[in-house]
Amino acid sequence: MTNNFWITQEPINPHDCIEKVVRNEAGAVNTFIGTVREFTKGKRTLFLEYQSYIPMAEKKLVQIGDEIQEKWGNADTAIVHRIGRLEITDIAVVISVSTPHRADAFEASRYAIERMKEIVPIWKKEHWEDGTQWIGDQKEKTSYEKEIPSEEEMRDG
Amino acid sequence: MVNVLFFAELQEAAGSEKINVEADGLSVNELKTKLKSSHDLANLDHAMTAVNEEYSHEDTRLKSGDTVAFIPPVSGG
Repeated sequence: MTNNFWITQEPINPHDCIEKVVRNEAGAVNTFIGTVREFTKGKRTLFLEYQSYIPMAEKKLVQIGDEIQEKWGNADTAIVHRIGRLEITDIAVVISVSTPHRADAFEASRYAIERMKEIVPIWKKEHWEDGTQWIGDQKEKTSYEKEIPSEEEMRDG
Repeated sequence: MVNVLFFAELQEAAGSEKINVEADGLSVNELKTKLKSSHDLANLDHAMTAVNEEYSHEDTRLKSGDTVAFIPPVSGG
């Protein structure tokens, strides 16, 4: 059994994600790599700390894969997210989608990262020279009052 | 008893990752009210709620052994 969706404490090798979706029917594998950025709006990040509600996060990653399968049909998805302390330039997330043709792979991997920022219980804490803060609501349009984020919010976001 | 999980800033505000609360038969909303009276958790209203690892509504009724997680706005990726 292969598990295409997982949370890890270890450094991520993107190839571990890619190889899960490579297959004969695919003419395209698109891979998104999210890395730790040093400067955000002029402020220097020293390092990031990620936390997750792991069992639920892995379920929600599976859900994203199911949604992609529904929307784009013949699409295989693999997603890995790292937690714990990450240094500048470290890989935080890798998403690979394989499809018969490239347009679907590009679109579906974009969908996956945007959807992740809505429904997957993972949080990052910024560590700056002058303090720390748990970050939330990066989409800046999501209402905190909503109990459950909708797919439409993602599409319109 | 219901297991309650806190994450990110809520975990720091609660001073705990996990607590057990007598909340059998309460709704999620009633549990929130109870927690706000016992802990300094003003941000609880900004969090989504998951019951047994699935997003849940305010009126969901809790039963003994349920796990309730409060999910602050997420920031993965």
